[in-house]
Amino acid sequence: MTPEFGHLALIIAFTLACLLGTVPLWGAWRRDTLAMNLAPSLALGVCVFLAIAFGFLTYAFLQDDFSVKVVASNSNSLLPSVYKFSAVWGNHEGSLLLWVLILSGWMTAVAFFSRGLPLPVLSRVLGVMGLVAVGFIAFSLFTSNPFERLLPGSPVEGNDLNPLLQDPGLIIHPPLLYMGYVGFSVPFAFAIAALLGGRLDAAWARWSRPWTNVAWGFLSLGIMLGSWWAYYELGWGGWWFWDPVENASFMPWLTGTALVHSLAVTEKRGLFRSWTVLLAIAAFSLSLLGTFLVRSGVLTSVHAFASDPERGLFILIFLGVVVGGSLVLYALRAPTVASRVHYGPLSREALLLFNNLVFCVATLTVLLGTLFPLVMDAAGQGKYSVGPPYFNAVFVPLMALLLPFMGIGPLSRWKRDTVARWWQELLLPAVTVVLLAALLPLFGREYNLWIALAVLLAGWVVLSLARDLRNRTAVVRGIRAKLARLSPSYLGMVMGHCGFAAMVLGAVVVTQLSIERDLKMVVGDSQTVSGYRFDFERLDRVDGPNFSADQATFSVWDGDTQIATLTPQKRRYIASNQIMTEAAIDAGLMRDLYVAMGEPVGNDGWAIRLQYKPMIRWIWLGALVIGIGGLVTALDKRYRAQRSAVTANAGVADAAT
Amino acid sequence: MRRLRLFLPLAAFVLLAAVLYRGLSLDPTDLPSALIGRAVPAFELPDLDSGEPITEQDLRGQSALVNVWATWCYSCRVEHPYLLELADAGVPIFGLNYKDESAKAREWLADLGDPYTRTIADKEGALGLDLGVYGAPETYVVGANGTVLYRHVGVVDERVWRDILEPVYQAGSAR
Repeated sequence: MTPEFGHLALIIAFTLACLLGTVPLWGAWRRDTLAMNLAPSLALGVCVFLAIAFGFLTYAFLQDDFSVKVVASNSNSLLPSVYKFSAVWGNHEGSLLLWVLILSGWMTAVAFFSRGLPLPVLSRVLGVMGLVAVGFIAFSLFTSNPFERLLPGSPVEGNDLNPLLQDPGLIIHPPLLYMGYVGFSVPFAFAIAALLGGRLDAAWARWSRPWTNVAWGFLSLGIMLGSWWAYYELGWGGWWFWDPVENASFMPWLTGTALVHSLAVTEKRGLFRSWTVLLAIAAFSLSLLGTFLVRSGVLTSVHAFASDPERGLFILIFLGVVVGGSLVLYALRAPTVASRVHYGPLSREALLLFNNLVFCVATLTVLLGTLFPLVMDAAGQGKYSVGPPYFNAVFVPLMALLLPFMGIGPLSRWKRDTVARWWQELLLPAVTVVLLAALLPLFGREYNLWIALAVLLAGWVVLSLARDLRNRTAVVRGIRAKLARLSPSYLGMVMGHCGFAAMVLGAVVVTQLSIERDLKMVVGDSQTVSGYRFDFERLDRVDGPNFSADQATFSVWDGDTQIATLTPQKRRYIASNQIMTEAAIDAGLMRDLYVAMGEPVGNDGWAIRLQYKPMIRWIWLGALVIGIGGLVTALDKRYRAQRSAVTANAGVADAAT
Repeated sequence: MRRLRLFLPLAAFVLLAAVLYRGLSLDPTDLPSALIGRAVPAFELPDLDSGEPITEQDLRGQSALVNVWATWCYSCRVEHPYLLELADAGVPIFGLNYKDESAKAREWLADLGDPYTRTIADKEGALGLDLGVYGAPETYVVGANGTVLYRHVGVVDERVWRDILEPVYQAGSAR
């Protein structure tokens, strides 16, 4: 019976979402306080019933209830409990339920933390989010019901979770990614509410800013985990593949990055308002587009869900209503009056505009590359595939273009700045970083121009930030007093920029200096890669809970000291008969050593892939710092004080910060 | 004028939505073969087991599948158990061992079972080239009269067989 309770809870959540999507919006239009006041409780209600539905689905997975179709197709009684739990979102139906659950979580958070908002604004925001929820719950209920049963004739054993997904990284990757994806519905709802209410001002920017930053932070973390997972689980040692599904999550991130920066201008200076609204709509639209691409099967990808044209059509119609509707609203209501606030060509505004330009161009190039095969196919021009060469060729120069300006940005002043002042502030960092770039790569085996360039650009970003930090804290003594002078939103920015610099450096070094060897080895063989000796010591059969594996044991030596024992496996999963490569990695801050087993070759021999990956951890550490930075900004006091700031207008007053 | 400019994003989106809508009815894995409706190209290649020559004439007489496989192809291992099931159900399947080492291929069939009526050893990939093989696995449906009726790229599983290949196969044997 329990799956039916879950189904019922989902239906109740749908009904409540329908109410949330209509009554408060009507109330805001008619100035009906009673109707508007319903919004927070309805939001909470949707969340509670979705949580109940999700709880019942989880229960079905944990209890091996194979009469439920998704459980039968995605779980197995031998599956370890923790993977039974993550199997809940390791499939289309369950992940969609997680999607709406997180959406309702964001709604509840908005209802809870934004009590200080004017009632019409709050009810519009929640109403818009309610409408989004209606669409997605309907999608779940009508095309991908997770509680569908196989009765009579339910199987005694399930098909097992795809072995690729049986991994700790995949337990938290989808929830984090969805936190980001779905989180962009909050700035979207704020933007739509502002368009509906006709008030696009600094207060609006201040309200939506912390939500945007937090969603963007979660998306950064989610993407990072995906990249890390691909690195160790797919067994090739790559960390970014420009796969359509990766691109689907990357495009909202790129637009979100532009949004995070343009919101700063709108909040501080009241500028770029139409533009910021458009970015808020675009970021969420790209999240929806990503959902469409992943779940409709219009593109080939290594990790798309089982696709279904009917579902694709549903999301496309939904996409049309949400995006088309909001763009119509935008076209009709966005302010066209040129702002009276002016800024010079050398100013923080101008630099942030440049940032926006770069990130928008980056989004468009990724979008173009992702959709190009589809466009050509639709135009009857045949089959194409766009690979990493295209993406790298356009993306890398764009990012390189960004970095010089990233160094100046934090030091620059609003309204008007001068080259003379920049020169005076940045001369020292510039000289230092040129010296570093000239000298540091000398410590490697050979002088590598690309690494020198990466040191130059990344160092420039970090050192000019250091200069800015010193300027801001020079007036007080003691580390505590210094820290107290820095607001969380400033610290978050510093983390974001430093994390980005670390990523750039890591990405360039690992691309330039990786060593990869594919070898045939038998027990007793030794191979040396980049000064590390790998001894193939043993070959065993080992049995896991739901797989059996060939396991190789390598001892790794640096000179005469043993630094690691690595045990890569070739697993055969019992239920699905799938074969998986489980790489073994000795991780370190400056280098990873990576061993993966290929196919058996001849008698007792194995194809073995040995890799040396310098500084690859910097990529994920950098992304981790970026993501946490995004979360830290939301702690800023001025967002908590919004109760009193409601009436604050075009915040030119605190433009100095 | 300024107002009109604000409609630009909407226009761009409408264009995008049109492409996406068109995309829904296209299958990205569906690579058309120039050979559909035409006869299987003439060939003479050795049988993997006996070494005796096989020609396009040997495919005639009944509707059959031609399955392109190789030991280096991971997905081939995935679809192999299902091919065995199909063979048990009486569907004639010709194997096209594509750009492979014959010794390894024989070992594979000995280990995993042999679903193939006969296996054509296409070491150089000559027949594969004529057929327009894109990669392994690929499966062609060939009618009783020796014409190529359908080409499927990717793994054959129960769903693919039931929904796509079987109807073509049935129609091919009726002809």
